[in-house]
Amino acid sequence: MAQFSARSGRGVSPSHGGRNLKEFFMSDSSVVAQANGGAPKISKIAEAVIRIAGNSQDGIQAIGGFLARLAGRSEQEVMTFMTIPSTISGGPSIFQVRIGSGEVLSSGDEADVLLAFYQHSYEGHLNSLRKGGIVLYDSDHVTANPEWQKNYHHIGIPISSLTVEAIGGTAKDKGKNIYSLGLIAKMFDLNIPKLEKLVTERFTGKDQSIVKNALAAFHAGYAHSLGGVLETFKFVDSQNKSGSQVVMNGNEALGYGLIAAGVRFGAGYPITPWSDIMELLRRELPKYGGSFIQTEDEIAAISMAIGGSYAGRVAVTGSSGPGISLKTEALGWAVMAEMPLIIVDVQRGGPSTGMPTSIEQSDLNIACFGSHGDAPRVVIAPADVEDCFYTAIEAVNIARKYSVPVFIITDQGIATRIEAFREPNLEKICQDIGPDFLPVAEHKPYDLSKPDGITQHLPPGTRIGSGKYPIVTGLEHDELGHPTGSPKLHMQMMTKRRKKLQALATTLPTPKVYGPPEGNILLVGWGSTQGPIKEAVDRSRAAGDSVSSLHIKHLNPLPPGLAEIFSGFNHILVVEMNDEGLYGFGQLGSLLRSRYCDPKIRGLTKTDGLTFKVKEILERAKANVAASLRKL
Amino acid sequence: MSNTTTETPPPPAGHNLAPVAPPTVPAPEDRKGLTKKEIAADHPTWCPGCGDFSVLALYFKLIEKRKIWHEKVTTVAGIGCSSRFPYFVQAHGVHYIHGRALPFASGISLSRPDLHVFVFGGDGDAFSIGGNHFNHTARKNIKLTYCVMDNWVYGLTKKQTSPTSPLGFKSKTDQWGAVDYPINPMKQAIAAGATFVARTTHTNPNHVLQMMEAAMDHDGFSFIECLSECVEFYEGAFDSSNPRKGGVFNLVPPNHDVTDETAAYQLAGEDFPGRFGIFYKVNKPTKNAKEAEINQTMMDKFKGLKDWQILQKNFDRMK
Repeated sequence: MAQFSARSGRGVSPSHGGRNLKEFFMSDSSVVAQANGGAPKISKIAEAVIRIAGNSQDGIQAIGGFLARLAGRSEQEVMTFMTIPSTISGGPSIFQVRIGSGEVLSSGDEADVLLAFYQHSYEGHLNSLRKGGIVLYDSDHVTANPEWQKNYHHIGIPISSLTVEAIGGTAKDKGKNIYSLGLIAKMFDLNIPKLEKLVTERFTGKDQSIVKNALAAFHAGYAHSLGGVLETFKFVDSQNKSGSQVVMNGNEALGYGLIAAGVRFGAGYPITPWSDIMELLRRELPKYGGSFIQTEDEIAAISMAIGGSYAGRVAVTGSSGPGISLKTEALGWAVMAEMPLIIVDVQRGGPSTGMPTSIEQSDLNIACFGSHGDAPRVVIAPADVEDCFYTAIEAVNIARKYSVPVFIITDQGIATRIEAFREPNLEKICQDIGPDFLPVAEHKPYDLSKPDGITQHLPPGTRIGSGKYPIVTGLEHDELGHPTGSPKLHMQMMTKRRKKLQALATTLPTPKVYGPPEGNILLVGWGSTQGPIKEAVDRSRAAGDSVSSLHIKHLNPLPPGLAEIFSGFNHILVVEMNDEGLYGFGQLGSLLRSRYCDPKIRGLTKTDGLTFKVKEILERAKANVAASLRKL
Repeated sequence: MSNTTTETPPPPAGHNLAPVAPPTVPAPEDRKGLTKKEIAADHPTWCPGCGDFSVLALYFKLIEKRKIWHEKVTTVAGIGCSSRFPYFVQAHGVHYIHGRALPFASGISLSRPDLHVFVFGGDGDAFSIGGNHFNHTARKNIKLTYCVMDNWVYGLTKKQTSPTSPLGFKSKTDQWGAVDYPINPMKQAIAAGATFVARTTHTNPNHVLQMMEAAMDHDGFSFIECLSECVEFYEGAFDSSNPRKGGVFNLVPPNHDVTDETAAYQLAGEDFPGRFGIFYKVNKPTKNAKEAEINQTMMDKFKGLKDWQILQKNFDRMK
């Protein structure tokens, strides 16, 4: 099935030539009889994008979750994308899953299969379906448009009534998601025992009849004839033989990463999309003797976390945009007092309440500069779900070593998207960062004679032989932490706080260029856009264009070696999901321009609240370069 | 957990922040209590005659009398004249931001059961910018002592109206006299759910020390309102509570039931100078104890497993 695999441009080659989809499906879904009366033919595919559209209470995330987890257990790669309404209950919602036997970099621009539960799902999402793709719809709720039937293969199945028929009259809408999972399992010849196990695991612990009903719905869906389908599909074996995988979303990876890093205390206040991490830590930390405290507000949250750090072990707080604003005064204190702290910012559309369930990368400025005075801190952005796990550990270690607040900034896209990744070796990775209280002879928390300028606080409980005890403070201070108005000390301490981050910068790895290290266009990104940017590079290189990309993870301080990389390209386009600003550059774009004074650096930004599509990046990059050439 | 001994053990293994190496502290008999000289740090920067001097002296006295060592006490403050407090104490201390000393101190208290956590601040810190934290720290019953040095005025910023300034008080922000009804700190504390609520005044040192000791020994959130005169911007504010200035110092009646919330509320409603002493004191499980209980229950389920093995169980479910 060429259309499914050829798009990836790499990895598994299609098992047979460019046959048109029309050969696989008859256009009229009402035709039930198989043309040859036998079993449908099975075609091998390398990857597929499935979009499920319904309402938020339909459990469509569950279907997506099952598919993602199945892919993880089958050593396949997977990436999901979802939208959720910001309403309290209900509202249109989608879940898109891209499963591949090769590398999967994004959740896919266009779907191969659309599963539509309602008329609005059908009408609203048909344009996300590739021409010639399959739309599987609930004919109890959807009336197909004859005009569209020319371009898309329509399969109408009365999903709602068949679900009720399968599991009894009380089912109503419940269970149709699992019924649909059965349909998809049939269409893609998925591993039934594995799916049954997943369904059973998911509902275990609830009423036995729920497990029974779920399996009944699943089997009914699987047994239903995909009216008119002449051929079904089967994924080729995955090339990934690297061992077992785990499947989770970015928020989970980040939360578990913090636990692996040894964080045992934190405080937070609920806000979407950060709340998941907070809930996870509240639930999990007590198992390790730790606590996560829900506070009365964002300011109390960061204050309590800093208190926890002061008490001896790096603590965590976090939020999303508006909450981060509230935390910035306390953040300034942590910078001044040189207190280690992890601040997670799961970005969302802003400013203000903005678009709480949409994707945006518009908090880079507040992460790098938010607060008053000159308040240097560290900012790191993970690039995918797996990276969330490892970034959490890196952030904790930087915070400890340099005694400084560290921001981990992710976004709604990475937070809720599910990926499969290689299972980490937890025995090796997990660290114990508990404080020690061994008495010392003397202690100066802000010792200026240390060449690297790095403070190491002693937690309260530590006995100090000299009888001189440290104060940690937001006032400018002397080496023992006592307040001073000395101009000289203010300059020395300011330098101390800056220099340690300059020392950190020299240790950071230079990011690797994806594609050749020299060429015409360099796409620069940060955070969750890594996948689509890399895929854009793959596609344009396949088409003969000279495009490479660079993903910057350490955003403050920046790593060494970027100027040398930039010098190898004619156009440097900074791809980010924020506004182009007053002067035409996004937030990272502005940062890079002010740092490198390189006029080749330009912005490629957007603020529609949706992940970048590969096509979008390619078209915008082309237009941007063409426009710049006209100006020359 | 009454703190009648000064030597609280290090945190039990696994409880909240379990130390890698337990603190090595010499046996109690090897160490003498601290002298006033050993407890004092910077010379206070307060104006001569400020009531805060007396509170500081009595804090020293408390540490001396109860044989608390430097490393076992943590002094936390926000912003204000009184909040300079930690600089003057030779012990681990924190000078935090305006109004937020309580959540900071809660972070210490919740993760370090081995420490005495004292928070000092003024009326602006407690009832204006930090009002939200006051209510929530009280209702959660987090174990720490909060001593508010109430002077009815903003002193550090030089005479603006405070949340406890009485009606008609002329300040730079109410040149014709304060128009906003003041907060009654005692009522506020009782209503918020504080489990120890006491009132004292800097002009009666013995009483201040008594209240501090009782507060320290209380297992829960203990709140003291200590009247502390600002001689610079509100001179004579508390004269009617000072017998030496012709006022009266009335103790809480001996038959007052400290567990009776309504009676406590009635005491709090008396006209100034009102009563001094413990208005309200009840024993309720602290948040510290409740969190420790949750931890114990959860940890029992994973007994004998190393941290990575507990995490592995989560990862196994995500395969």
